[in-house]
Amino acid sequence: MGSFSLHASCLAKHNLPWSNGCSQNLNSLRIPALQRGPGFLSRKASKILAFYGLKSPPYALDALEPYMSKRLLETHWGEHHHGYVEGLNKQLEKNDILYSYTLDELVKVTYNNGNPLPEFNNAAQVWNHDFFWESMQPGGGGMPELGLLQQIEKDFGSFTNFKEKFIEASLSLFGSGWVWLVLKRQEKRLEVVKTSNAVNPIAWDDIPLMSLDTWEHAYYQDYKHDRGKYVNAFMNHLVSWHVVTARIIRAEAFVNLGEPKIPVA
Amino acid sequence: MALRTIVSRKTLAALGSGLRAEARLAASRGLVTFSLPDLPYDYGALEPAISAEIMQLHHQKHHQTYVTNYNKALEQLEDAMAKGDALAVVKLQSAIKFNGGGHINHSIFWKNLSPIREGGGEPPKGSLGWAIDTDLGSMEALVQRMNAEGAALQGSGWVWLGLDKDFKKLVVETTANQDPLVTKGANLVPLIGIDVWEHAYYLQYKNVKPDYLKNIWKVINWKYASEVYEKECH
Repeated sequence: MGSFSLHASCLAKHNLPWSNGCSQNLNSLRIPALQRGPGFLSRKASKILAFYGLKSPPYALDALEPYMSKRLLETHWGEHHHGYVEGLNKQLEKNDILYSYTLDELVKVTYNNGNPLPEFNNAAQVWNHDFFWESMQPGGGGMPELGLLQQIEKDFGSFTNFKEKFIEASLSLFGSGWVWLVLKRQEKRLEVVKTSNAVNPIAWDDIPLMSLDTWEHAYYQDYKHDRGKYVNAFMNHLVSWHVVTARIIRAEAFVNLGEPKIPVA
Repeated sequence: MALRTIVSRKTLAALGSGLRAEARLAASRGLVTFSLPDLPYDYGALEPAISAEIMQLHHQKHHQTYVTNYNKALEQLEDAMAKGDALAVVKLQSAIKFNGGGHINHSIFWKNLSPIREGGGEPPKGSLGWAIDTDLGSMEALVQRMNAEGAALQGSGWVWLGLDKDFKKLVVETTANQDPLVTKGANLVPLIGIDVWEHAYYLQYKNVKPDYLKNIWKVINWKYASEVYEKECH
């Protein structure tokens, strides 16, 4: 036990939109101490603790005003997201096997094919919130362009159709959850998908391109009960089509979408 | 479980003269619709445990929306049944469960609460008090257990003190989203339900759900719970 794994991607600048979400805080990694046992060649490494850090959104907390207030982000990121990170670290401290995974792998493994392990909620919610902050930008909204727009028109008929479908999904999601624009790996097409609580499409190997948090804590301080107003603010002023473009470029390395008439970027 | 509802029937008189056969049939059958029950206290009466702002939004917006959408779903269901559209009937089930459940659960919830000066927070005397000690250890143990289960509930849902009427035993259960307590057992009768959806506490307690759970016991209406218990257990 005790192999030390650190993925190179973790050393990359963590604000890249296509980062794998692995956000190990290098300052808190403890390097194994090698101890010599009775035999010269036997070694025993002491317990290694890997920690996830709270990744900052790629903008200041007041940058999304007035569509998402600083006060809301301070609570949502600073308390909720932070709480999931702390909770996950506490759970990983006790688990020799799970700590060695990347966040992506951890989410898939703890999802356990629909019978989630106790660590799933925290792991998935850390992933989900990292992804969500990166799906938004100040001055967002508007429309996608070039090949991404072409793909949306191909799979939804028109951008307006897609937008309606996304909004409808957000309003009809019962309880807490997330709404996603995903690239389905098998079907090789874009789809709008709803998931409950912490569930995430990477659990069944699809590729998320952008998400909307529809838990009440994501909008209550700004919009109270009015989820419709929140969703419209997101679609018109917050969603970052630049980031979605970057994500679909990366996804095309894994899913063959055929020859586009217009390149994605 | 007496739901105070104002029942209205669609009358033929309200419809125009050019009626289609289906509409006439539905109207004559009389679809029972539901409306928002009044609170037995002011919005601010449960302060400081639950703020007036939350009570007003919770009642006038959230509960009202469940009622509105429940009525809509029932209309669509009636329509689908009349047409013999099995697929539409099945597709409507989740909306009926969610919105109908929301109406049922919240109607109980308003009766589970009462202002302190009207006895809110006063522990139950009589048979329910005895049953709590017998079945769950003590009032403190009950509160601690419900708070723990409520805090641990992921996402949206309810935490319940229920009565298993077949075995005459008290149980603590949680349900997800707006599932009523019966979804955990057909013989379960809800005595106390605590809403742990974020809308029930967020404006006042933000993410500190445990504080909300600690404080709500100050306004829990044990009189109502005792009445329900005694009715089932006489």
